[in-house]
Amino acid sequence: MTAETEKKGASRRAFLKGAVAAGGAVAGAGMARAAEPDPLITEVQEWASGLGEGVDATPYGMPIRFEDDVIRRNVEWLTADTISSINFTPIHALDGTITPQGCAFERHHSGAIELKKEDYRLMINGLVDKPMIFTYADLERFPRENHVYFCECAANTGMEWAGAQLNGAQFTHGMIHNMEYSGVSLRTLLTEAGMETTGDLSDKWVYVEGADASSNGRSIPMDKALDDVLVAFKANGEALRKEHGYPVRLVVPGWEGNMWVKWLRRIEVMDGPVESREETSKYTDTLADGTSRKWTWVMDAKSVVTSPSPQSPITHGAGPLVITGLAWSGHGKITRVDVSTDGGMNWQQARLATEGQNKALTRFYLEIDWDGSEMLLQSRAHDETGYVQPTKDALREVRGENSIYHNNCIQTWWVKENGEAENVEVS
Amino acid sequence: MSKSLKLYSVLGVASAALMVGAYNFADRFVAPMPQDAPRMAADSASPDMMFIAAARAQEAADAKRLGLGREALPEEIAAWNVDVRPDGSGLPEGSGSVMDGEELFVDYCAVCHGDFAEGVDNWPKLAGGDGTLADRDPVKTVGSYWPYLSTVWDYVHRSMPFGGAQTLSADETYAIVAYILYSNYLVDEDFVLSKDNFLEVEMPNADGFIVDDRPETEYGRFSEEACMENCKDSVEITMHATVLDVTPDEGAEAEAGAAMEEANADTAADEKIEAVAEAAEPAAESAAASEAPAESEPAAEGDALDMALVEEGESVFRQCKACHQVGEGATNRVGPQLNGIVGHPKAAVDGFRYSKTLESMGEAGEVWSEENLAAFLADPRGYVKGTKMSFKGLRKDEDIAAVIEYLKSFSQ
Repeated sequence: MTAETEKKGASRRAFLKGAVAAGGAVAGAGMARAAEPDPLITEVQEWASGLGEGVDATPYGMPIRFEDDVIRRNVEWLTADTISSINFTPIHALDGTITPQGCAFERHHSGAIELKKEDYRLMINGLVDKPMIFTYADLERFPRENHVYFCECAANTGMEWAGAQLNGAQFTHGMIHNMEYSGVSLRTLLTEAGMETTGDLSDKWVYVEGADASSNGRSIPMDKALDDVLVAFKANGEALRKEHGYPVRLVVPGWEGNMWVKWLRRIEVMDGPVESREETSKYTDTLADGTSRKWTWVMDAKSVVTSPSPQSPITHGAGPLVITGLAWSGHGKITRVDVSTDGGMNWQQARLATEGQNKALTRFYLEIDWDGSEMLLQSRAHDETGYVQPTKDALREVRGENSIYHNNCIQTWWVKENGEAENVEVS
Repeated sequence: MSKSLKLYSVLGVASAALMVGAYNFADRFVAPMPQDAPRMAADSASPDMMFIAAARAQEAADAKRLGLGREALPEEIAAWNVDVRPDGSGLPEGSGSVMDGEELFVDYCAVCHGDFAEGVDNWPKLAGGDGTLADRDPVKTVGSYWPYLSTVWDYVHRSMPFGGAQTLSADETYAIVAYILYSNYLVDEDFVLSKDNFLEVEMPNADGFIVDDRPETEYGRFSEEACMENCKDSVEITMHATVLDVTPDEGAEAEAGAAMEEANADTAADEKIEAVAEAAEPAAESAAASEAPAESEPAAEGDALDMALVEEGESVFRQCKACHQVGEGATNRVGPQLNGIVGHPKAAVDGFRYSKTLESMGEAGEVWSEENLAAFLADPRGYVKGTKMSFKGLRKDEDIAAVIEYLKSFSQ
């Protein structure tokens, strides 16, 4: 913790407090007229008179400094070391659905490596007609596809199983990002290696493996591999970031983030799963009786109100309020999101900003006239299969509290009269 | 799912049908591609059009294989295709004893996993936890949780030791795995693990897993009509996150972290994510004061550092970063923090447990000079027999010089 961030933190908290107080006062004064003219309008401001920065000041731009608290954050006590750890997307401060790469959560098992395109090799081996090696340049010559998909870590919201714990949507739900990927379908590459000699595909698997020291590897059944899995090299129009697997990562739509192997180096067609560390000792969900579910790949429908939320309190007092959040489903499209302001007693349908997209984030809004009294805010997603996001109690009834992974429960924020919000559990 | 099944049958038939398959394929799965054209043509009944359509479909079939890439060589496949499966396929010849494994484990693994595989700090415990899986706080180890021994061998061989992956020989891996089994009381101390007896080892939790049953146990009950009005009689807040106060909020980060670390010292990485509500007691907060980070300032200019070399060294140091920190706030991780290490007595960084050899060097009053640091970095195991540093060493002299110059730029 540097002195600088400490200062920043303090000032941010002070800002929130100040803003809440000021907002209250404004609301009290009612809508109407200003007591005196606003000097920001009546006086010529420095930026309206002097000159700004020239075009090449930042050849690759970063967000303006006023937004420097909109960053990924880590929960230090979760892991032994940042080399094998995770951080969280600041979803409380974002809008729309696309996550900028620079603040999209990271999860590494042995650190983010630097792998040049020139040094990149992709091997396809195993039960294919001909084992193949592709360079990065080779990959660029295959027909390309573009798709927007969310990537959610199976452990997102995993800290909340036994109770409300982390105070902020970033920390409870920030192991997620949503990007537009460009790449080649895995089906295309497998076809290039040939599967005429593979035999019956219905009982075959692909094993996918990364080039970093953790050598993260996962087994994926062939029907998924041939369905919509993408070998991606661009995200949101530009090269993948180092921390997301530059130059090439796997995109496994709707399935847990651990399978989205970064620095993808090998794809092996097999007649069974490898049962690697990440699909046995980790990413398996222990039930109350001590048995554990394995191969829990799909991320079920889920949603969260991103604002207001603990890190994004109401600062304007009573009156028009925009409640907004994100919804997604690994089974397909979001068809509907309901919002409750009274802890799930009554619900109303929120407005989807755009029609739900397949396995991608959907933004929802509910505009209300807030009367300034406290609220217990919840959201509830519905997907195209008819699945309705369950309460935490309903999930615990089936699974107990030790699943770690796949917690897609309804989240509750207690919004107080002063606009501050807190992560709570309700009856 | 049904789409995929169709695809299988398409791929499964002989080459005569392949072109049909190809355009089905293009039609169904690659909408934006130009192969859409033959589909439209094929819809027309004219024989000529059918012929053209067939020709185009043949093109599409040819287009399926673009002839990109090259065939992988057997040596290349052998180098990368090293995964080991539950039936033992992929295991190389070799063997290793518990006794040898213990020595290797202390050298390579104990710094994180503890001498007895009991886990240090937040690093994974590999032993113990027997019979705890249904408890409130299950302890998941190789002995209590892992269903397959192949996974242990595969992971140790490919991904460990941390910061020195893929450096263990097959025999060393057999030995370390044997020791992990021994530390879980699954084999005797004279046990030797080999390719031949590998499948005879019984893993206690082998039958502890079921395939994802959410479609049967959850999807029905979570697909009922959603209640919209008067869904419950009353709503009470039953728990507040702020009671725990473990949310990192800038300044508070270190404090909460220390408190939680205290409360959860023995669970690892992903399992840490497990809810820890019950473990956090207000009392833990007082244990928060973390050790003051080592002071560090750039050395005075008078030291005449070669800044270009320092910069090079910074990039070489990336290889060290997995285990060592240096600079402001550096603390001991897998390896000791390195502020002021050049000219520092050996084995003398506070709070770090060194190998016996290095410790005795320190007791003998030895100091890290540029010369002996260079020798150490060139061949860590040659210079300090039994060092815990699993790094294989820097090959190039100029990298060694650069990294030493970089380290010199951090005084204590």
